[in-house]
Amino acid sequence: MKHGKWPLIVTFLVPPVLLYVVFVVSPYLQAFQISTTDWLGYSADANPVGLANFKALWHDDYVWNALKNNAILLALVPVLTIVLGLFFATMLALGGRKGRAGVTGVRGGALYRTVYFFPQVLSVVIIALLWKEVYHPNKGLLTASLHGLGLPAPTWLGDPATAFWCVLAVMVWSNVGFYVVLFGAAMSAVPKEIYEAVLLDGASRFTTLRRVTLPLLWDTVQVAWVYLAIFALDGFILVQLMTNGGPNFSTDVIGVRMYDTAFGSETKFGYASAIGVVMFFLTLSVAVLSLRVGRRDRIEYS
Amino acid sequence: MTTLDQPTVSTPTPTTGRDRPVRRELGIANTLSHGFLLLWGLLTVLPLLWMFLSSFKSNGEILADPWGLPGALHWDNWARAWTGAHIGRYFLNSLVVVAGSVSLTMLTGATAAYVFARYEFRGRQFVYYLFVGGLMFPVFLALVPLFFVVRNAGLFGTWTGLILVYSAYSLPFTVFFLTAFFRTLPTSVAEAAMVDGCGHFRLFFRVMLPMARPGLISVAIFNFLSHWNQFLLPQVLMQGDESKWVLAQGLFALSVSQGYAGDYARLFAGLSIAVLPVLAVYVAFQRQVQAGLTAGQLK
Repeated sequence: MKHGKWPLIVTFLVPPVLLYVVFVVSPYLQAFQISTTDWLGYSADANPVGLANFKALWHDDYVWNALKNNAILLALVPVLTIVLGLFFATMLALGGRKGRAGVTGVRGGALYRTVYFFPQVLSVVIIALLWKEVYHPNKGLLTASLHGLGLPAPTWLGDPATAFWCVLAVMVWSNVGFYVVLFGAAMSAVPKEIYEAVLLDGASRFTTLRRVTLPLLWDTVQVAWVYLAIFALDGFILVQLMTNGGPNFSTDVIGVRMYDTAFGSETKFGYASAIGVVMFFLTLSVAVLSLRVGRRDRIEYS
Repeated sequence: MTTLDQPTVSTPTPTTGRDRPVRRELGIANTLSHGFLLLWGLLTVLPLLWMFLSSFKSNGEILADPWGLPGALHWDNWARAWTGAHIGRYFLNSLVVVAGSVSLTMLTGATAAYVFARYEFRGRQFVYYLFVGGLMFPVFLALVPLFFVVRNAGLFGTWTGLILVYSAYSLPFTVFFLTAFFRTLPTSVAEAAMVDGCGHFRLFFRVMLPMARPGLISVAIFNFLSHWNQFLLPQVLMQGDESKWVLAQGLFALSVSQGYAGDYARLFAGLSIAVLPVLAVYVAFQRQVQAGLTAGQLK
């Protein structure tokens, strides 16, 4: 393959590299530089101020509050989503029983999977707007259901005490189906004999999940963890459309902080870029940590 | 190791005594698990069903009885959403942008990935990791400078700008996935074609691309959904001229305006218009969609 490869390499590589350098690499590099200036909008001058933006960040209560919310999301969203995903995937793969020791999926498993996966193909914008209506205090589906049962209903997104949990619930709701399918695909690669043996030994569902399924699926669970962690650090669209960080900043997340700082009431581009830099390092450390902590040997099925 | 096809007639199981309670416990667990599965299914479907039903109700019905069925099919809600709120136009705008951006992503991504997978040259590793490194960076970091890059290029508020930006940000994943995919394709076919005097370009378009079809379809579906669902980038790069908005922006505006106008039915109709085609495509191609979206995570 020595002869005449250069025309192809140049033709094939130059357009994507140009596109990528202009719109992705250069903005990322500029962002680091802008984060060390006091740039305040479209026509203003940008003076280098060193790390002053980061010092200001350190003392910014709104940023800390947003970070605290991201931290709670980071602690809960991946765990809840993965637990529910594993639970349903296990039910679908091994819920049914056939004969003495047969391990089969439940009847209608394919239909369940199809339905669970729905939220994944809907745009986050639609999910956010739809749930905003579901949570509506007078005409929403939830309040109507509770009133129908004769129960009192909170004001959901309108109350600082409940708003954050409502947003968190939507995050889990919109992600579970995807991981049911993902774990299901990984489970179908596990030889059935293993499960049959476990079942014969009289292991309970829970033991099977903890001692057999989880170790076998560890790789996939870990990948899921990284993706969900990155998702939990973002959460921008859901929060912006459902609550815009309110009421009283109870649902504020770092992405909304950054967007507001840059394109909201003020245009503090330098400060917003500094928040972006912090987000980048957070994302990077969370990803690296997740991969480091969960390292185990790969299991190959012969 | 017991297998299914073993004759179960004359095999005395040593644990007959323990077999029974386990069975019964499993029976209960089965009913329970079915209950849970059904519950989650309802949780997923009900909000969508409610949205769909509400899109046919009058505003009075929505306020009076959120759970009730519509008294008559109010198609006028759909008409108000489609033309009055311009959801129809935004829908077509989204189609134009996404058709362009997915085509560009696939073309640039496949060509770059092919070079990385099949050719040796100096600096190859560096350029490859430059692309793949993009997977680690949150788009937020680039937002402010990107706004100015697009504005200075004269692409602010244009579909061309959106198409270029969507494609550029989809390249890391596309290149990463397709490079791995091109590497799995057998080299013997390529070598045979070269011996027969097939040129480099022809080899790619005639032999390699058709062989890579499954991988290309998976990534194309993945990119299609992620571009179709973009909100942050259009919000920043497509301010101003409302006639060029994409669907996500139009729905958001509709949701804001219904707060003032109190026209809830129109919002539900607008959401339904946005949901239905996507659901239809998904149900028709669900296996490919599920495979396409999950493939990238299992690599």
